[in-house]
Amino acid sequence: MAEEKVVKIQPRRGAKGPRPKLDHPWKLFFRVMGYVFRDYKLQMILVIACIFTSVFANVQGTMFTKTLIDSYITPMIGQANPDYSPLLHAMARVAIFYGIGIGAALLQAVLMTYTTQGTLRNLREELFEHMEKLPIKYFDTNAHGDIMSVYTNDIDTLRQMISQSITQVLNSIITVVSIIAMMLVLSIPLTLLSIAMVGVMFFASAKASKVSGKNFVAQQSNLGKLNGFIEETMSGQKVVKVFCHEDESVERFDEMNEALYQAAYKANAYASILGPINAQLGNTSYVLCALVGGLLALNSFAGFTVGALASFLTFNKSFSMPINQIATQFNSILMALAGADRIFKLLDEEVESDEGYVKLVNMEEQDGKMVETPKHTEHWAWKHVHSDGRVEYREMKGEVVFEDVDFGYNEEKVVLHEINMFAHPGQKIALVGSTGAGKTTITNLINRFYDIQKGKIRYDGINIEKISKDDLRHSLGMVLQDTHLFTGTVRENILYGKLDATEDEVIAAAKLANADGFIRRLPDGYDTMLTGDGANLSQGQRQLLAIARAAIADPPVLILDEATSSIDTRTEKIVQEGMDKLMHGRTTFVIAHRLSTIRNSDCIMVMEQGRIIERGNHDELLEKKGRYYQLYTGKKAELGA
Amino acid sequence: MIKTILSQIKDFKFPTIMTPVSMLGEVICEMIIPVLMGRIVDLGINGGDMGFIIRTGLIMLVVAIIGLIFGVLGGFYGARASAGLAKNLRKAMFDNIQSFSFANIDKFSSSSLVTRLTTDVSNIQNAFMMILRMGMRAPASMVVAMVMSFVISPQLASIYLVAVILLAIFLGFTMKAAGKYFEAVFEKYDLLNESVQENVNAIRVVKAYVREDTEIGKFKKAAYNIYLMFVQAELKVATVLPVMMTAVYTCILLISWFGAHLIISETLTTGNLMSLLTYCMNILMSLMMLSLVFVMITMSEASARRIAEVINEESSLTNPAEPKMEVADGSISFEHVDFAYSKTAKEPVLKDIDLSIKSGETIGIIGGTGSAKSSLVNLISRLYDVTKGSLKVGGVDVREYDMEALRNQVSVVLQKNVLFSGTILDNLRWGDKNATEEECKRACEIACADEFIEKMPQKYNTYIEQGGANVSGGQKQRLCIARALLKKPKILIFDDSTSAVDTTTDAKIRTALATEIPDTTKIIIAQRVSSVEQCDRIIVMEDGKVAGFDTPENLYKNNSIYREVYDSQNGSDEADFDEKN
Repeated sequence: MAEEKVVKIQPRRGAKGPRPKLDHPWKLFFRVMGYVFRDYKLQMILVIACIFTSVFANVQGTMFTKTLIDSYITPMIGQANPDYSPLLHAMARVAIFYGIGIGAALLQAVLMTYTTQGTLRNLREELFEHMEKLPIKYFDTNAHGDIMSVYTNDIDTLRQMISQSITQVLNSIITVVSIIAMMLVLSIPLTLLSIAMVGVMFFASAKASKVSGKNFVAQQSNLGKLNGFIEETMSGQKVVKVFCHEDESVERFDEMNEALYQAAYKANAYASILGPINAQLGNTSYVLCALVGGLLALNSFAGFTVGALASFLTFNKSFSMPINQIATQFNSILMALAGADRIFKLLDEEVESDEGYVKLVNMEEQDGKMVETPKHTEHWAWKHVHSDGRVEYREMKGEVVFEDVDFGYNEEKVVLHEINMFAHPGQKIALVGSTGAGKTTITNLINRFYDIQKGKIRYDGINIEKISKDDLRHSLGMVLQDTHLFTGTVRENILYGKLDATEDEVIAAAKLANADGFIRRLPDGYDTMLTGDGANLSQGQRQLLAIARAAIADPPVLILDEATSSIDTRTEKIVQEGMDKLMHGRTTFVIAHRLSTIRNSDCIMVMEQGRIIERGNHDELLEKKGRYYQLYTGKKAELGA
Repeated sequence: MIKTILSQIKDFKFPTIMTPVSMLGEVICEMIIPVLMGRIVDLGINGGDMGFIIRTGLIMLVVAIIGLIFGVLGGFYGARASAGLAKNLRKAMFDNIQSFSFANIDKFSSSSLVTRLTTDVSNIQNAFMMILRMGMRAPASMVVAMVMSFVISPQLASIYLVAVILLAIFLGFTMKAAGKYFEAVFEKYDLLNESVQENVNAIRVVKAYVREDTEIGKFKKAAYNIYLMFVQAELKVATVLPVMMTAVYTCILLISWFGAHLIISETLTTGNLMSLLTYCMNILMSLMMLSLVFVMITMSEASARRIAEVINEESSLTNPAEPKMEVADGSISFEHVDFAYSKTAKEPVLKDIDLSIKSGETIGIIGGTGSAKSSLVNLISRLYDVTKGSLKVGGVDVREYDMEALRNQVSVVLQKNVLFSGTILDNLRWGDKNATEEECKRACEIACADEFIEKMPQKYNTYIEQGGANVSGGQKQRLCIARALLKKPKILIFDDSTSAVDTTTDAKIRTALATEIPDTTKIIIAQRVSSVEQCDRIIVMEDGKVAGFDTPENLYKNNSIYREVYDSQNGSDEADFDEKN
């Protein structure tokens, strides 16, 4: 919990939101397609072939209607012994086409299933892998709900786009083009007439979607307002009850509810009349073609026959459906692209950089000399490979030094000024001061959650920027005020600190943190499942687990940020023992507001507005009668005392 | 459950009925058009009668326009009915939630209530519109098309009947099978989302322990599971379109073959054949639509159930038939009170509490986490009902009061307190709607909130963001105290309400309370001994029982728990380093 957390909440669009404005829709589209084709090239080529095949089969079927009446039925009318064999032949041929069409459709559906789900799986994995590598700053400056919704809403709209929209639009376009081609063969003037009517349809659709789009914007904003109010009221419902504020809440709710109703009604109404309008325009187109075509056929204009008119009208009828589909899919593709935009934004976020080359290695004694070993030993060293190839080992002791460190979460605002600190190995350094003084910020710098702007931080004399981040963090243990546990058993949560720890080590760590007792009382002991961030444990129990997790990692440097703040003073006394055992022999940075936690510190830093204003041990600071004295006694110190 | 939802249609019955009626009109028009089309081909084009084409064409246009009107009406009514139902559902839920007791609120978490009021209602709204429009349209269009086909040729139409039955069986089985898979998919989805959420929230822990790779491994496993399940589910659905195509194509071929025979034997016209072929699409497409409606209904079932749960939830606390409206004074007496949060709990949270507090006394309560301090005070303003025994305020059992009258006299500053978006004054006036600015300032002075408010650029008109995000913990607590003071209650309860306020200010607030409202009974729950040591008497709670109730001096002498806490907190001087402002 950085003290300077900037939370940016962006309004999210619902599934039916207004048409989003995108800067480069085509670029986005091709990037999405790039992902699809990257891993499923062959499948996608086959799918396109399938679409062509099924459209072709379908068109053949429609053509069959023309030949059915003109070439087979009409000639047979009036014959005493009509010969059905040509009809049978034609039908057999069409049946084969149909069969091919069905086969292609089936193959397409199966291929698309694997392609869509496979692509999404890869995309999800890539997103998560990338996210894990992002710097803490990303998580501090983006609303968690927004990050989550990339995985849920955005991926989901993308799924619809890949699995349905794209194939449907492709299918529709190919259908329309081939129908137009067929229609052109039958009659050029009627084709032009039909295309003109399509223009009218597009015009009407554009008009209607503009009106409904406007109303969807209104609906979204009203929905947002109402949801905000609901969220606020629900989270403060107990306060509402205590103050008997129910009637006022209902009154405000009613107002917003009514506004949402009005907007939702209009938005949905205009959206749903699009279908009927297009359908009836399609019928009008049909009538017009029948009239004009009738005139042409009756006058045998350019060899235009009645049968040709009949199949032209069939084409005309099957023409409006794909057009309608393109119109509706267009919108959902744009929605999906807006989601894709957010997905790619996350993927394009710059990952945490790490230029560190100093590694943490195990050492063991051989012939009286310490040498590097792959084995787990008690001895650790920093391995420093110099540019001239010389390898230097330096014993890891846990000495941390801040030299004139300045830091700001952004360039404009410096929150830490000229921090100088010296922590000898094994020392306990306490940071006290009011909220926003910069205590947590300091700890965020040691493990390089954030990088400093000025000055140097040295760990065992090495500039921490030269240490590989993973190794640096391995050497630091953290217990934070907001304990986060993971879904899994209690044991797994403790093992988080050291994946290959033995059962004995787990129990020893739990005992050290005084957590063993309560864990054994849980229904399944160490195998009790924790869900929802350990919701089935009390805050104090969760903190004990977090302490056990840090204990098993056995790091030389510990950072405790209000680690015992949620434990009451009597329980804390019990935990304190464990904490003291844990802190023994380790360099420890402690942030706490309880005196009992900090009084025995080797050095106490009093912070105020990003500066260390006093330092010394408990007695020295009391002697000084400064800010520490004031905080400690609750009395205002006299100036100059 | 369905009844509960439908009963909320209320003032939207007319559009609810008119939607399917309009859809029926549209369907009839749609069905007449193919007949007219057939006649144009048969009598007009084949008969060479241009006048007939024009006449029928005009009729067709008129029918199209009527169809359009019905279609538009259906759209409007459908949107109105579904938006209206959504509105009424939200209102019914919200109203009922306002009557919830604390026990009811605990039962549904606030986040689940939010989901029910938002996502679930949207689901129902969409499903309702779909059901009203498609639920009528699809069967109607199927029946009309079927009837028309039978009118044209019963023999050929029976082919459709067989196809429909076969297809319906297939769709039924497929949707059911796919439904099962999709349910499993959504469960897996939840797991995946949980894993992402966990990582987003706990990213500091992940990074601090350098466990990125472990987490990626876990995620990949979950993602692979979803992939497998989803592919299974979608493969089931993938068969639907090819099977539909097979049915349509088979029908076309059969109709063409037998139709040709009938035309040649002159029992059928070519126009009839064309109409029949059009109906083929209508019938089978409607069937598909119908199956989608069923899917929609099953999918919205869960939402409907969750909404109905909230609407049907009865408040566990009710006002008595003849409520007392006046609270005589601020005296409180617990008479052998037991309390448990749920009826099924094995052990009560509070056991045999028996104590009496005089009006105007200042009482401190201390005890470890989980010793039921909050539970004890929550009973006083009847936020929960006692399980056994009796609790009297002003000499009368709290269950005999009108709840609002009682709560106006018993003001609680909750441990987990919230401010609402609005100005500081808006928030303060929760305590008293009609409080003047002067009164608000006075309350803030007592709560020591005036000092920081005066430093804010817009002072009392400073806008507080949702959840009080722009004030610090200590400032929030002081504003909450001021808000409670404005109620001018006879009993004022502070449930660990100054934990984030520094000791100096804490002391100042307590002094101000003692001098400004001496006649109000004050109950102070605190972790710090210094917050309660000046109280008249202190209750020491342990494991849901009163372990001591006496003056601080006597407790120090006789009560080991109190002495232990007192000593651990280092004597008379406060030992915490709390934030200043």
